[in-house]
Amino acid sequence: MGRFLLKRFFQTILILIIISILAFSLIHIIPGDPVYAMLGTDISPEYHDQVYHSMGLDLPLVKQYFRWVGNFVQGQMGYSYHFKEDVSTLVARRLPPTLILGILSAVVSVILGLLFGIITAVRRGKPIDSVLTVLANIGIATPIFWLAVLLVFVFSLRLKLLPSWGFTFPWVDFGRSMKQMVMPVLCMSVGGIASYTRQTRSSMLEVIGQDYIRTARSKGLKESQIIKKHAVKNALIPILTLIGLTLRNSIGGSAIIERAFNISGMGSVMVEALSARDYVALQSGIVFLALITCVCNLLVDIAYAYADPRIRLE
Amino acid sequence: MSDTKRFFKALFKRKIVAVALVVIIFFLLCAVASPLIATHDPYEQDLFNILKGPSAEHWLGTDNLGRDVYSRIIYGSRIAFTVGIFAVIISGVLGTALGLAAGYFGGWVDSVISRLVEAMMAIPPIVLALALVAIFGRSLPMLTVVMGVSSVPAFARMMRGQVLTVRDLDYVAASRIRGNSNFVTMVKHILPNCLSPMIIVMTQSIGGTILAEAGLSFLGAGVLPPAASWGAMVSDGYTHLSRCPSFALSPGVAVILLVLAFNIFGDGLRDALDPRLRGSR
Repeated sequence: MGRFLLKRFFQTILILIIISILAFSLIHIIPGDPVYAMLGTDISPEYHDQVYHSMGLDLPLVKQYFRWVGNFVQGQMGYSYHFKEDVSTLVARRLPPTLILGILSAVVSVILGLLFGIITAVRRGKPIDSVLTVLANIGIATPIFWLAVLLVFVFSLRLKLLPSWGFTFPWVDFGRSMKQMVMPVLCMSVGGIASYTRQTRSSMLEVIGQDYIRTARSKGLKESQIIKKHAVKNALIPILTLIGLTLRNSIGGSAIIERAFNISGMGSVMVEALSARDYVALQSGIVFLALITCVCNLLVDIAYAYADPRIRLE
Repeated sequence: MSDTKRFFKALFKRKIVAVALVVIIFFLLCAVASPLIATHDPYEQDLFNILKGPSAEHWLGTDNLGRDVYSRIIYGSRIAFTVGIFAVIISGVLGTALGLAAGYFGGWVDSVISRLVEAMMAIPPIVLALALVAIFGRSLPMLTVVMGVSSVPAFARMMRGQVLTVRDLDYVAASRIRGNSNFVTMVKHILPNCLSPMIIVMTQSIGGTILAEAGLSFLGAGVLPPAASWGAMVSDGYTHLSRCPSFALSPGVAVILLVLAFNIFGDGLRDALDPRLRGSR
């Protein structure tokens, strides 16, 4: 297991290096002069040169890259001209809402998805299986922004139960925070719940067909015991790999959700940075989000190795 | 019974797959024959009649510029189809080629391709698509390329897995022993045996791609206005939700119907082409 994890660790480092190169290249691939693109063409040439120099754009490419990475590792991600603050403080301010919403919705989708998946597999062919399966199919096909609009229409405009926008930290005002988070978390979880339901169902059905389940049945074990002790445990192993992707997808989806519910989080930073051509924020943002995904994947690999003896004892 | 007949019998065994195909064909007709099916010019503004609810004149009402929402949804199917199908073809072809090379050659080729794939997969899909839009621009062909490129990694990974299952089989060894070049062995012997799962996954991805394009245009990074894109329509309508809900909500129904139809059809195709996977999802 140690060797497997060490290998994955070095692969993760390698992946992060590749991502940093890709993100770094962005500024040089996009057509046009990066400084004019960021600040507009009506700035004075002297100011242009000054910014150009302060961003290190006049250095050789390789030197630029190492300077940027070196600063990034030390937590200095540069100054964003669009947001008018250091990218590190920007991230520190805007990441927490996204993370809270992302983690909450990841938890909700895993719990409900596994639950529904197990129910549909155990009750295969029964009405509840059909209903949940149809709902899961619709859930996968529903655009989350449309769901957000629908929920706002029903719960905010018609029933006037929930606020249609904003984000408050739970430790500031718990009640308001919960009310504001219901709809965003629901929207961000629907896709996850649906795909977990489908995956868990198929994984469970595969396991239920295995010989060791038949053996357990022939031993006279109760069906609930078989499901709990033998089926679920084995069915969950392939699902684990999916969990690593959930947080990535939630954070990606946060761009849409944050726009729909007017939340100033990391997703909206990325969208704004792109439309304002703020490369400084963009580069660091991409690397930062990828870093989170990679750490999640690594944690999942550890869990995977722990859960599956075939890997643990390798 | 001929193979073709057996295939179609298996494909339409579940009635819902036939229904899905009908829905897809309906939307395809809308896309191809938009001017015939639409009741109004999708770009014609009527500023005296903005944000009206459904009526006999405007079946789904009008938008904030007085344009007919129904006609714009019909025209929007063109964007959905173009992006959905061509992007999947782009990513399918590129992904298959990369996965084939990675799986067949192994070694450093595999390492390079696999790490690149994993790196791209670590970036949240929407962020990746947004970054690519910044590079390629927002015209319809470029948007299709962007959607295609951003899902290359998933296909490459899938194809690599497929190749690994057949790479060490006897017929591959036989082809090599006959003195066939690597290229001939890959294209003539390995590719055909990995193709049907790839076709299944490609079909299943069309729906997801249409969804992703809608999401991108909701964020304002899709095809430039005034083109009618479903996601952008929902976004425009959101601002006027309290006054005219049909404007924001109806384009989403079109997205759900088309995506659902493609997903169900994809599942049906999987069941028909690959009996081993039947009913597993």
